[in-house]
Amino acid sequence: MSRSTKKGPYVDAKLIKKVERLGDAGKGKGIKTWSRASMISPDFVGHNFEVHNGRHFVKVYVTEDMVGHRLGEFAPTRTFRGHKKKD
Amino acid sequence: MPRILGVDIPNDKSIWVSLTYIYGVGVTSSRKVLAELQIDPSMKARDVGEEELARLAAYIETNFSVEGQLRRQRMQDIGRLKDIGCYRGLRHRRGLPVRGQRTRCNARTRKGPKKTIANKKIARK
Repeated sequence: MSRSTKKGPYVDAKLIKKVERLGDAGKGKGIKTWSRASMISPDFVGHNFEVHNGRHFVKVYVTEDMVGHRLGEFAPTRTFRGHKKKD
Repeated sequence: MPRILGVDIPNDKSIWVSLTYIYGVGVTSSRKVLAELQIDPSMKARDVGEEELARLAAYIETNFSVEGQLRRQRMQDIGRLKDIGCYRGLRHRRGLPVRGQRTRCNARTRKGPKKTIANKKIARK
């Protein structure tokens, strides 16, 4: 079930503040965040984020197409490089 | 055989079934269309008149996206997910289930036929 439109999209309040404070000047700096559940709002476009994946921070450059997705979608939490080859 | 919207040639089934042969029209929308145009759904497709077929085609054309257009739209949507590099896009690229289903077993629709790995079981006692 999807989120009620009444509430509006979920974006971490601190994250919004941070983006606003940096404004255009701060683009490209990289905002470290653990808030993977935050929806990418239109203000985020052009900013660089570093999204935590549980181990380290994954660089995410936000483009227009990404609006409406969540930050965590762009920072995979699992490493799987195929099964071990036995010889 | 009647032709609706280019390639689709539904046969001598009831018209509501025949319409579902169009990509993008299922049972629900088929029934809706027929009710809207006041055509008897249980009529055989071959008994549907020229004029009614034209009306059906026009109505479906304007109110639904079907066939090539719909297929293109779908591919575009998937392409977008792949482009932006989000989790769903990654799953599409790998040909694995996109919506969080388990992949330890099953998931055969996405993964295709089984590829048996030799000696997999023997390693364990």
